[in-house]
Amino acid sequence: MTSPADWGLPLGAPAPGASFSDLLESLGLSPRWDVPDSPVRDLSAPEATTVLASRYSEGVVIGGDRQATEGHLIAHRRMRKVYPSDRMSAVAVAGTAGLALEMVRLFCVELEHYEKIEGAMLSLEGKANFLSRLVRSQLPLAFQGLAVVPLFAGYDPSTEQGRVYTFDVVGGRYEEHDYGAAGSGAVQARAFLRTAWQAEMTEAEAVEKVVAALVAAADVDVATGGPDLRRGILPNLAVIDSNGVREVSEDHLEEVARSSLGGSR
Amino acid sequence: MNPGFYVTPEQLVRDRAEFARKGIARGRSIVAMEYRKGILMLAENPGGALHKISEVYDRIAFAGVGRYNEFETLRKAGIRQADVMGYLYSRDDVTALGLATAFSQTLGVIFSHETKPFEVELLICELGREGQPNHMLQISYDGTLVDERGVLAIGGKADVLGGALRERFTEAMELDAAIRLGMEVFAETENRPLDGWEAAVLEEGSARRCFRRLADAELESLSARLSP
Repeated sequence: MTSPADWGLPLGAPAPGASFSDLLESLGLSPRWDVPDSPVRDLSAPEATTVLASRYSEGVVIGGDRQATEGHLIAHRRMRKVYPSDRMSAVAVAGTAGLALEMVRLFCVELEHYEKIEGAMLSLEGKANFLSRLVRSQLPLAFQGLAVVPLFAGYDPSTEQGRVYTFDVVGGRYEEHDYGAAGSGAVQARAFLRTAWQAEMTEAEAVEKVVAALVAAADVDVATGGPDLRRGILPNLAVIDSNGVREVSEDHLEEVARSSLGGSR
Repeated sequence: MNPGFYVTPEQLVRDRAEFARKGIARGRSIVAMEYRKGILMLAENPGGALHKISEVYDRIAFAGVGRYNEFETLRKAGIRQADVMGYLYSRDDVTALGLATAFSQTLGVIFSHETKPFEVELLICELGREGQPNHMLQISYDGTLVDERGVLAIGGKADVLGGALRERFTEAMELDAAIRLGMEVFAETENRPLDGWEAAVLEEGSARRCFRRLADAELESLSARLSP
């Protein structure tokens, strides 16, 4: 008699059965996060730069610039670094772009897969913990200089507030009380938010400050691409509150970016 | 060693089919109906905790009648299949027909190879993309696959329910009218007080995922709108 696995449909699943990445692994399809033993010296890959997230009175704003750099070159001007990961959360990435995008794709499918199999969404904490596991799983690549550092933000219905999680290259997960940033311009972005951030900000104020922090980062960090009104390149921003996640429209962003660029001159 | 009795293949298939049909007939039926903005799936479900209708992919929903543990196993397998395909290739490459074929194959093999066939009947619905027609597929315990338009009923009373629905079904109904029609047909067919509903729709919206459960309150207000 054949085993169920031979019939086509994956009837059996590895315990606990709701994890998509475990399923991929059992099928031998999981992405390769390891590298050959000999150190890779001259491998260069595009890097995603600055992303940041900030809490405000009713939720959280997450955003990122659009530039990917490869050494001293600009590899992509319109890269997207902020992705809604489900209805209540969004993830943004910095670091080796190719690996980061794969990680985001896997993360998003994982959340949806769990929700469909179990009939309920993972808790925000559970999502952040899983993301930390993904970061840690590609630790061998981080040792080769191909690190991915995500940033995770979401609305937690149980505490009725927005929450921000930052990560380090080894998968450490830290919940930020007010704001968090990752990537080459993170220091400047954080420095800006340190003075500008207020707990009682409205959504509009939070959007303005996140854009201004990206402008400040791009001002000093050459790898970060600020808003480029001439080419029509604007940062990606998403707002998450009790109604879920939605992306900030380009029209609104252009207006905010214009006033923010004017202010920095 | 006991050589056992010879049973003809015809007899074997008849026995298994009868066994499966009996099992399915014990459960409550499910109907699916196209309406103006999508597809409605409606089931009588007194408890409400155990779902018979659920989301499989962006535009695909699953419903099952019969033995809960069996269609639940199949539901999860379908989700796994869809998510793996969508992850390996593209989200557009996951189709109802592909999934239904996999279900049909699996059920067919179980029907002829296992000690007992699965006592289930499945329904796969897919919301058509940009003017493409919707798909409603029925998969029986032995793997038989049927493609329908307009209305489709599965379960023990599928024939009666489906017949009554088809008589009164009109194209491009509003959602409230479709719910009302479904509930009326259930009430007439069952001829007993009905307790509790489970309903979900596949509906075009701004989101990528088109599946939406109708909460009790919403279902009540929608069905009450047309009642005398």
